[in-house]
Amino acid sequence: MTWLNQVVQITLVNLMNVPRRLGTSLVVVVGIAGVVGVLVSVLAMGEGFRHTLASTGRPTRVIMLRAGSDAEMSSGIARDQATVLGSLPGVARDGAGRPLVSAELFVMVDLPRHGQTDPNNVPVRGVQPAAFAIRDEVRIVEGRRFERGVREVIVGRKAAREFAGLGVGSRIAFRDSDWTVVGMFESGGDVHESEIWADAEVAMSAFRRSGFQSVTATLADPSQAGLDALKASIARDRRLSINALREPEYYAKQASILSRLIGVLGYSVATFMAIGATFGALNCMYSAIASRQTEIATLRAIGFGGAPVVVSVMIEALALALVGGALGGALAYIYCDGASLSTLNFNTFSQVAFDFRVTAGLLVQGLVCALLIGAAGGLLPAIRAARLPVTVALRTA
Amino acid sequence: MKYLPLLWAQLFRRKTRTVLTVLSVLVAFLLFGLLEAVQVAFESGADSADAKRLLTTARYSIIEPLPMAYASRIERVPGVVGIAYADWFGAKYQNESNAFAVFAVDPARYLDMYPEFQIDPAQREAFVKTRAGAVVGQRLMERYGWKVGQKLPLASEIHAKTDGSLDWEFDLVGVFDAEDPAVRANTEVVLINVAYFDEARAVGRGKTGWYIIRIAEADQARAVAADIDRIFLNSPDETKTAPEKEFALGFAKQIGDMGALVTRILIAVFFTILILTGNTMAQSIRERIPELAILKTLGFSNTAVTALVLGEAGLLFFIGAGLGMLAAVAVLPVVNGGTGGRFPPLFVDPATWLWAAGVAVVMALAVGLPPGLRVHRLRIVDALAGHR
Repeated sequence: MTWLNQVVQITLVNLMNVPRRLGTSLVVVVGIAGVVGVLVSVLAMGEGFRHTLASTGRPTRVIMLRAGSDAEMSSGIARDQATVLGSLPGVARDGAGRPLVSAELFVMVDLPRHGQTDPNNVPVRGVQPAAFAIRDEVRIVEGRRFERGVREVIVGRKAAREFAGLGVGSRIAFRDSDWTVVGMFESGGDVHESEIWADAEVAMSAFRRSGFQSVTATLADPSQAGLDALKASIARDRRLSINALREPEYYAKQASILSRLIGVLGYSVATFMAIGATFGALNCMYSAIASRQTEIATLRAIGFGGAPVVVSVMIEALALALVGGALGGALAYIYCDGASLSTLNFNTFSQVAFDFRVTAGLLVQGLVCALLIGAAGGLLPAIRAARLPVTVALRTA
Repeated sequence: MKYLPLLWAQLFRRKTRTVLTVLSVLVAFLLFGLLEAVQVAFESGADSADAKRLLTTARYSIIEPLPMAYASRIERVPGVVGIAYADWFGAKYQNESNAFAVFAVDPARYLDMYPEFQIDPAQREAFVKTRAGAVVGQRLMERYGWKVGQKLPLASEIHAKTDGSLDWEFDLVGVFDAEDPAVRANTEVVLINVAYFDEARAVGRGKTGWYIIRIAEADQARAVAADIDRIFLNSPDETKTAPEKEFALGFAKQIGDMGALVTRILIAVFFTILILTGNTMAQSIRERIPELAILKTLGFSNTAVTALVLGEAGLLFFIGAGLGMLAAVAVLPVVNGGTGGRFPPLFVDPATWLWAAGVAVVMALAVGLPPGLRVHRLRIVDALAGHR
């Protein structure tokens, strides 16, 4: 009890002293805020990207690609194969008995970002009429849907935000032809919002393609057994060499390279910054205990133990670190959360737009990082403070 | 120079403090060196670009193919002295998509177009003559332990053979390399002979991905590019021609503003370091006010004492920045080993050293000037009497 009492006493004295040592204390706070701010912002970018891809698709739907292709861009499905796939018993049907399946063209068109001239690989998806019934998350927020057989497109909200010339009513040049933007759609912030959609048949003639890239379908039976049955019926058909996987599984895979890259960047930069900030914290805590040398020695002389001194210095360092961590997290939240960005997804070779997401998990990570720096920066000075013999401390102060 | 020992003595008056400060400056510059290397790598395509090379792609998207027959028409454009073409194979190796790039090329034309790729003349000859031949970059060769003379099995994600199979096999007949580190990044590639590839693929025969064009004079680049695009205007396959450097920069921009991101991180880093060292410096000067007053008493002018303070800050940053950059040079080979070649080789560009020096000077001034001006104004009597 007395021990705890001692800790509380010294800690209170320490903390009340902080305003008098504002300069050095601020250094710890700012240093740690810098580390946490950078860590949280970079990871928020990765989190936003991962979230955009992870929220794409439903487990009740499958995407079918040519066996051996990992992404739509490199896949190819011939027209007759697409027809066979649509008639498989594992595919759900609508009220009128038509299969809920959309064979899709996936190509790219070069568009500049707003205010720039450099081309970007913006994905264009040619979809069949059932696409809207299959993906019921797609909602037109401006204008209308494109009409079948006409050179009209609808654009994703994020594509319109990032790239120039995609406003409703404007015309864009594709191969061979001009197309009119007749509508804008939302799909819950997923990857399709970075795309331009058109009628598959018209797009295929314009891009002079004879086949599709992928076939998306709603499963008649969304359970694992239903998927297995569909896969089995594909495997039995010798005309097909097709790989079917649930949409979330496919889209999660498309995030692999960039997520890893952003993670490596974020953690390595933060590690180095943390090392630098630890040196700063050490400096600060050393000078803090140096300025209180007499005081600490006096406390020890009147009977306070060494351990309470160590604990109290540690608590001060951790408190400062916590303030720094909270500040850094807050800055990252204010400046980054919701900020939008578009980059080239290396897996699909096409642009994907997403928003930074500062999540609670990331903020906790930031605080943990701050506390680690505080602990590393406080320990050695604390031990020195407790070890210095009272007589020496009083004489040299 | 004769004041160096004095500066040194001042700096190490409190050893722990100085060592810790130098270490934090060191870490900041280490980070600077590393991040700049990443940025240089992203723009390396632009750095190694040849001003006399143009790239022609399909007008509306790089993924659309162009007819191989365009080669002879482009060749006749005045100012064009050479042409090569390449197509994207989309390799899958050991179950990994695009573990490295594979281009289907006309061997002689392609190697002539890139004289910076060094290859043994006999191996080059073998590549030209072997219809299913392939040559690989030195770094890939080492990573996968391939040997010249072996069969090289590659799966394509895009191109099926006439029998429907996506599995291809080539004869590895040679290896090439480059000296310039910026160019070495471009050697992470397998070149396959288009002769066999085009004949054996099921779809897309007679088409290629892009053209590389050599022109006689770099300053004609715009005019020649416009001439080439004009030929194919209103044809089924319109083209877009740009200098190689512009193309590479445009591609780097697709990733988004990498430069802006790196710059923002570095600003955060240096701002943190500035606060940190600035405070330490101010504190250290505050403790030494009586000593500085004695120096003034001994006849040092106000300016000389300020210069000493600035010199101290300068020395601090000089040591920290120098060690940090050296650390970056030492660490990068480890990083390069760690990425397994999945990323272009990182190296510290000479320009980065200059930037580091510039940043160090600015930081030293920012940190040294406030306490420096303070001691400039310092009156001996006040200082010795303890009035601050």
